[in-house]
Amino acid sequence: MTDTHSEPAMPLAPGTMAPDFQLPSGPDQEVRLSGFRGRPVILAFYPADWSPVCTDQMVLYQELMPEFQKYDAELFGISVDGVWCHKAFAEHRNLQYPLLADFEPKGEVSRAYHAYQAGEGMSERALFVIDAEGSVHWSYVSPPQVNPGAEGILRALEDLAARQVVS
Amino acid sequence: MNTTSWEAVLTLPVSPARDHIRGPVDAPVSLVEYGDYECPYCGAAHPIVKEIQSLMGDQLQFVYRHFPLTTVHLHAEQAAEAAEAAGAQGRFWAMHDVLFENQQRLDAPYLHAYAEALGLDVGQFDRELIEHVHAGRVREDFMSGVRSGVNGTPTFYINGVRHDGSFELPVLQAALRRATSVGA
Repeated sequence: MTDTHSEPAMPLAPGTMAPDFQLPSGPDQEVRLSGFRGRPVILAFYPADWSPVCTDQMVLYQELMPEFQKYDAELFGISVDGVWCHKAFAEHRNLQYPLLADFEPKGEVSRAYHAYQAGEGMSERALFVIDAEGSVHWSYVSPPQVNPGAEGILRALEDLAARQVVS
Repeated sequence: MNTTSWEAVLTLPVSPARDHIRGPVDAPVSLVEYGDYECPYCGAAHPIVKEIQSLMGDQLQFVYRHFPLTTVHLHAEQAAEAAEAAGAQGRFWAMHDVLFENQQRLDAPYLHAYAEALGLDVGQFDRELIEHVHAGRVREDFMSGVRSGVNGTPTFYINGVRHDGSFELPVLQAALRRATSVGA
C-alpha cells in the first residue's frame, strides 16, 4: 500500500491550459469546455452523488449561483457517476447547474486535471477556476471528507475581475 | 504556491450593534453559530448549545447568524426572517428557541401562531414577513458565512476561528475550555 491519502494531490497548476473535454450533462446533452471561452468557468470535481459531504457542497454552490452570475461565471459539477444518477441527484437536491458525467472512459477528465483518486475509483474533491482564455487561474484539492466551501472560488473570481479592470 | 488556501476565520467580527448575542458582550469566550432553522443537524445542536450556555454562564458569549440553505430547506429563509422580525420587537431568542423546537412546523400559519404566542405585534410581524423586510439582513449573515468558510450547517467559530470538530457536547465543551484558558 502506498500512503497516497496523507499527501494532498496536486491539481493541475495555475497558468496551465485547462484540458478541453466534452462530457454528457444529461441523457442527450453534452458540454464542451472550450465552448465557454470568454467567461470564467468553475469546475467542481467531487467524489460521488448522494454522499453527505458532496451534497452539502453542491447545495451550497446552488445557493451561490447569484454570486457566480455576477462574474458571468459558468459552474459545472463533475464526478464519475452516470447521467441518470446525476439526474436523480440534481432533481432530489434542486440543483440547477449541470452535473457532468466523467463516466466513460471512467475518470478520464478527472485524470487530465490531476483530480482522480485511482485507488478509490472516484474524482478528488477538487476545484478549478478557469479564466476567459481557457487557462487554469486557481486550483485547490481538499481532503475528500472536507467540504471546501466557496470562499476560494469567490476570491478567484474577484481576482479575475480585478485583473480585467487593470488590463 | 500552486494552490491558494485560506484560514477559516470570521471575516465579519461580532458586533453588539448588529448581532444577536446571548451572554456578556465581554465574555472571555465567543461561540458563533451559522445555522438554518430547518436543518436537522442544527436542530440536534440546539439543546447542546443551550446546555453549554448554562454550564459556562458568564464565561460565554453566544452569537447566532443565519445560513439558510433554501435549495433543500424550503422554509429556512422564511423562518430566518421570522426570527429577525421577532428580533425587531426584542424577542429574537424566544423565537429562535421556538423555531428550533418546531423544525417540522415552519409554514407561515405556524410562524404567525408563534408570534402570537410570544405576544408580538402580529400585524407588524406578518407585514415584515410579507415584505421581506429582513431578507437583506439574512443574506448579509449568509454571505458573511460564505466568506468565513462556512461549508455546511451548523458551522461554529470559537473566538473567531472555525471549529472543525463535531458539535457533540464533550468535544465542543473541550474546545471552548481550551479557548478559555488561552484567552485567560
